[in-house]
Amino acid sequence: MKEELEKRIIKGPDGLEFEVEPLRDYYCEAPPTVMPAAYSKIVEDLFNWARSESIWILGFGTGCGAIEMRPLMTPRFDAYRFGVQWRPTPRQSNLFIISGYLSVKTLKRVIRSYEQMQNPKYVIGLGSCTINGGMYWDSYNTIKRLDQYLPVDLYIAGCMPRPEALLAGFADLKKLIRSGKAEGANEYAEKFEWYKANQKRVINDWDMPDYNW
Amino acid sequence: MHELYEKLKQYYPLGELTEQRNNLAFITLKQEQLRPVLLHLRDKENYTHLVILTAVDWLEDNCFQLTYLLSNRTNATDIGLRLMIPRDNATMESIHDIWPTAATYQRELREMFGIDFPESPRVNEDFILEGWNDIPPYRRDFDTLKFSEETFAQRPGRETKDPAEHMKQKLYPDGA
Amino acid sequence: MAYQPDRSQYPQKKADGSLDIDLTSGKYLKLWQGPQHPGITGNMSVELTVCGDEVVEGITHVGYLHRGFEKLMERRTFIQCFPIVCRICVPEPDFNEYCYAAAVEELAGIEAPEYANWIRTLILEMGRINSYLMYCGGQAGSFGMGVISQWTTYVRDLMLDRFEELTGARIYHMFILPGGVRDRLPEGFAQRMEETLCEIESTMSDVYDTMYCNAVFKKRSVGVGVIDVDLMDSYGVTGPNARAGGVAKDVRKDQPYLVYPELEFEPILGQDSDIYTRADVRRQDLLQSVDLVRQILAKMPKEGALMAKIPSVMHWKIPRGETYVRGECSRGEYGYYLVTDGSGYPRRVNVRGPSYTHAMALLERMIVNLNIADVAGLMVSLHTYPPEIER
Repeated sequence: MKEELEKRIIKGPDGLEFEVEPLRDYYCEAPPTVMPAAYSKIVEDLFNWARSESIWILGFGTGCGAIEMRPLMTPRFDAYRFGVQWRPTPRQSNLFIISGYLSVKTLKRVIRSYEQMQNPKYVIGLGSCTINGGMYWDSYNTIKRLDQYLPVDLYIAGCMPRPEALLAGFADLKKLIRSGKAEGANEYAEKFEWYKANQKRVINDWDMPDYNW
Repeated sequence: MHELYEKLKQYYPLGELTEQRNNLAFITLKQEQLRPVLLHLRDKENYTHLVILTAVDWLEDNCFQLTYLLSNRTNATDIGLRLMIPRDNATMESIHDIWPTAATYQRELREMFGIDFPESPRVNEDFILEGWNDIPPYRRDFDTLKFSEETFAQRPGRETKDPAEHMKQKLYPDGA
Repeated sequence: MAYQPDRSQYPQKKADGSLDIDLTSGKYLKLWQGPQHPGITGNMSVELTVCGDEVVEGITHVGYLHRGFEKLMERRTFIQCFPIVCRICVPEPDFNEYCYAAAVEELAGIEAPEYANWIRTLILEMGRINSYLMYCGGQAGSFGMGVISQWTTYVRDLMLDRFEELTGARIYHMFILPGGVRDRLPEGFAQRMEETLCEIESTMSDVYDTMYCNAVFKKRSVGVGVIDVDLMDSYGVTGPNARAGGVAKDVRKDQPYLVYPELEFEPILGQDSDIYTRADVRRQDLLQSVDLVRQILAKMPKEGALMAKIPSVMHWKIPRGETYVRGECSRGEYGYYLVTDGSGYPRRVNVRGPSYTHAMALLERMIVNLNIADVAGLMVSLHTYPPEIER
């Protein structure tokens, strides 16, 4: 464990001494819970319709797919017309596009960012390398199956997928959300232990609480 | 390049010279000669730009080859200095005081090949990998396929064919 | 106007030269910029120690994009390496293809036909234009001008269309293979290219008016992030970063490759070596590349051989040797160091990405005494592409 995460006594600027235990004080360790559906189906459908029309993407380019995000944001392909937009922080976004291969080092940051996003949240795996490793099938540093570590709602295949493929992917994701099938966040809460075990198997340098939001 | 080699040879014992192109040559030298030769090339011969510093693993000879590639912009020539160091407990003198940028290369070599450069700044910190506890990955005896099969969950159904074998079977199915 | 750092209120140095920073004093704060941060180029991170609004120390962390290419290539035959090399640097993949192909050709004693060399030069210059357009948008965006990247990304898309027409792919072209190129220019390519170039020129003149003449942009970029000329060689600075300081480093002139001897151009030089000058040098470089594409299309032969004769790729063995091949990409010197051992696989490939030195050692040195808000601008102005740092 890193030095800054250990329990220690800190002297504040005003001269007072107090004890700090970063893992307990700075994070909340409560595991995620399943978010129940609304009390009636028609209300849940309304919610899902609203969710599907405001897909806000976390602006975290994890791999090479990030390069096709720029054209999507700009007039040529203009994803904004479908209610899709990019947000700088996990707190404001509900869709995480894993844009390509994930090295083990990035996977750790991705998990952290994903857990900081608020329910309901969705994950798209972009590119062949999120499906089965793609080009990097024999690499020692990239994960081969994204769905072992995060609940994936939709894959977009290709190396690298064109912006049009992403637009089609957004349309498909909207259908999934509207029909109530995009339940990745709940699945993550249900199979939390399994996901954590998988994550810890590849991330040797685990220095964060199990669930950080 | 030959004149420069002859000139250097007056001062330092040098190994063989390989002239790859008319503006690129490689010189083999001994570990102790590196620093004086580098300083000579930088200060007297205008080889002021360290292009790369990298290593090659010659597993069968049980040694690492270190390559220091220097560039002289005024006459547009490059010199590669290569030296062999033993593979066990590989250690090399750091040159970060000659070129500050060498510290980055040395950190990478430390992590990827396990070659130690004592006194190089931050050389023992994680550089690219994080929490790595296998043998350094760029060494020849590290099997990346085996490692990835053991470590990462694979999606079933993926077939990988050796292209040479596959072509042979497709073109000559009866095994002729 | 040289930037004079004022270090009076900043930490003393310890005996071993490191900074004496006591985080518990409440005076300093650790602030991570990246990897999940909009003000970072690509996927890397800078660990800042700040005192108030000023950066006291910055440590770069890379490795988020490491895929181990240099290892993977040792397990692939020479031709199998060709489709994966372009993935080393995402925004400007063509230099990987060229440098790899040229290195293999040199060691195998193959010479690519002249017509193929013209097409290669064309592709490389198109790639440079692409990369510079991306840079312009990023540089403006880092100083809060989002509209510039809307314009430049649009014209970059037009250029990607030309790429698609020629190579069949938008991002990863996989076109320059050892021995030659895959295809000839399509019918009417020159004319459509000319239209695209005109569009780029007109956009760049708009960009000049709104970005380079903008008071806010000037105020924030002039005199900030100066690279000392003495540091150029010791830190291995190449390309526009060096040229903005008046050092005429340009591989295309110093060690001409492909058909550059037959083209007319002069390296663009700047003087002040600050963020503004670097941005201006890149703008002029972009326009120069536009001119070079025109020259290439006018001068190139109409027909010719695309591929030299290469041995059967299944059993292609290259005798023992080593070489280093370089090209001038939009960020500086891109190089491949290739070692072969007589087998069908490369013994060792080492990629010299120009960002390797800019984004690590140099950035850590320049970032001190900058405002937090200027860190993103400085990083973009060094034109860092993280995938080529860690491969």
